[in-house]
Amino acid sequence: MNPALNSGLNSAVNSGMAPVATPWFFYGLAGLAVVSGLLVITRRNAVHSALALIVTLLAVTGLYLMLYAPFVAAVQIFVYAGGIMLLFLFVIMLVNIERSSKDRQFNRMWPVGLAAACALLALFVSAFVKGKALFPDRTISLPESSNTQQIAGMLYGEAGTMGAYTFAFEIASLLLLVAILGAVIMTKKKV
Amino acid sequence: MPNFIMSYLGIKDAITPGAAGSQFWALVYVFIIFAGVSVAVMAMNWLERKALAHFQIRLGPMRVGPHGLLQPIADAIKLMLKEDIIPAEADQFVFWVAPLIGLLAAFTVYTVIPFGPSQAVSDMNIGILFMLGVSSLGVLGIVVAGWASNSHYPLIGALRSSAQMVSYEVAMGLAVVSAILMTSLNATGTGTLSMIGIVQAQQQQGVWFIFKFFPLGLIAFGIFAIAMIAETNRAPFDMAEAESELTAGYHTEYSGLRWSLFMLAEYAAMIAVSSIAVALWLGGWMRPFPNLLQGPAWDFIFSLFPGLTFLGLAAIAVLGVMRMPSHSFFKIQRVGLAAFAAVLGFIALLLLVIAVAGRSADASGAMSPAARFREGIDYVYWFVFKVAVFMYLFIWYRATWPRYRFDQLMKIGWKVMLPISLVVLIATAIVGVLVS
Amino acid sequence: MIPITTFHYLVVAAALFVLGVIGVLTRRNVVIVLMSIELILNAVNLNLVAFSRMWGNLHGQVFSIFVTVDAAAEAAVGLGILIAFFRNKETINVDEIDLLKW
Repeated sequence: MNPALNSGLNSAVNSGMAPVATPWFFYGLAGLAVVSGLLVITRRNAVHSALALIVTLLAVTGLYLMLYAPFVAAVQIFVYAGGIMLLFLFVIMLVNIERSSKDRQFNRMWPVGLAAACALLALFVSAFVKGKALFPDRTISLPESSNTQQIAGMLYGEAGTMGAYTFAFEIASLLLLVAILGAVIMTKKKV
Repeated sequence: MPNFIMSYLGIKDAITPGAAGSQFWALVYVFIIFAGVSVAVMAMNWLERKALAHFQIRLGPMRVGPHGLLQPIADAIKLMLKEDIIPAEADQFVFWVAPLIGLLAAFTVYTVIPFGPSQAVSDMNIGILFMLGVSSLGVLGIVVAGWASNSHYPLIGALRSSAQMVSYEVAMGLAVVSAILMTSLNATGTGTLSMIGIVQAQQQQGVWFIFKFFPLGLIAFGIFAIAMIAETNRAPFDMAEAESELTAGYHTEYSGLRWSLFMLAEYAAMIAVSSIAVALWLGGWMRPFPNLLQGPAWDFIFSLFPGLTFLGLAAIAVLGVMRMPSHSFFKIQRVGLAAFAAVLGFIALLLLVIAVAGRSADASGAMSPAARFREGIDYVYWFVFKVAVFMYLFIWYRATWPRYRFDQLMKIGWKVMLPISLVVLIATAIVGVLVS
Repeated sequence: MIPITTFHYLVVAAALFVLGVIGVLTRRNVVIVLMSIELILNAVNLNLVAFSRMWGNLHGQVFSIFVTVDAAAEAAVGLGILIAFFRNKETINVDEIDLLKW
């Protein structure tokens, strides 16, 4: 009940919001994300994989909220969990054939793939161990109450000026338009 | 620690449990909201059957309790005792998980609903975005439920239902954006996405957003009102679950407790989207005519409304008691209804006492604890009253309008609502820039 | 307990990335390969947001929004290709999509 009970985050600068997320939240969410990720790549049934991916996405949303990024968390729920996963589920229903769940799941080159992934993991581990000095220990808290406004300022620009990412934002909308057109044209029966 | 409790009774500066970082009080609020929503869903179930019956000039459930008041409890007990049938070829795990997804999505949005300026579980910076996003997770529950049933009626029903929900989400989102545009017409020029901030923006600008830039606010509200009916699969957009068309659509194969979870999720989603409409366009927790009828006298009159509402309900119950046939078979029902009327009257008396005791101070700014408490109750009452009006409208629509055919439904969603909402959004933006 | 630093988030992101890479390289079902690509993109997003918090500005968060938009477009197009191919040859296994082989 005491709002000063923040044993999790170190004594960083807090702009008005008392942190309640303890390490247990982080370990729980991170464990959930990794376990669900494992389920995604190992399930035989594609619908089970999709459900596990939804759980992973929601766990990553929780991690974003712990990182003081509420807008990115909301975009993740909206776009990823609410949009992309729905698309995946529809397509799984459309192309699901009974014989696919009795086939071999992993392709013939799976040892090579696994070895390549292990090499990648070794690369990551060495980068983390050697470069640990490069990550400063400070964790500056970003103010949570004006996160959306600041992101909007960067995307759209303050009054009169152009933001840092305005041009990229417009290009992204063009990209989405091209993707919509592409998806519609590719799935038409008669081109 | 006593400071802490006092701050939630409104004595010191009241803040939401989320802002204070208190897990205990957040849990208490969540529990209160959960209990409230469960009671509201049961009441809604009863009201739907009674109101539909009266619209169709019949009586509805009259036997189970006095005027069928205990019918939802009987329904709940029956559903819990029913045999749990799972289709043979169905995917067991997915079949079990599907109603839970819908239920979680429908109930999680209640954490940001603003019952008052500090009466919310947590006032997230992205409140409205969170609500829309999480309610779009409910579609996943429907799709997965239809797929897991392994039979063609549920599958077609699920695909139709999810296609309908996704199409109307677009129009809904654009209508919401045009309301949020209006929050930025203040001195600093920045709007807000938080639900409490949106209602406070209406308070600052002195007008409910439904009446702002007339008729743009009204059209945006109309689009949202229509889209929210389609979003919750209610009549006249209930093609996907209509009994006569598709043998109950995506929840055909669900029986007993699982079906009741779907029903719970549907009613909870209805209350949630009505709360969005109330908070965004109808002024949330503000009482009617806050600027036109000002002053402590009008404040006092409007603060009597909660007590008077319950007094009215108690009077209707007493009327029901007096009109019951004086036969020995009806003795229990008379006694039951009289007890119910007595309970309602007691609540009415309590609220009237609070309203009288909590008259706000006139000249000085300090308000007594009783006044703050009364204010908190008034905020919650006005919010719940407006949501209840929406709930009655839902039932009215179901009784009155025939349902749309599925292709007509999709045509309306994409070819009528989306262009209108785009035009309203652009017009609101242009008018907003010209005014400021 | 040790306080949670940026490093913890980087480790989680690396784990998700490696899981996604394993999924892409070893699975036969095309839809699961696409889902593993989404896992990879999520890991990248987590990395970006963690660094954004470390440095105290919002560039990482804005960039992660762009990555999300990109992932949505790519998922739509990828699934469109899958459906178009599925009409020709009724298979969704990656190693059976070999029409150019002789």
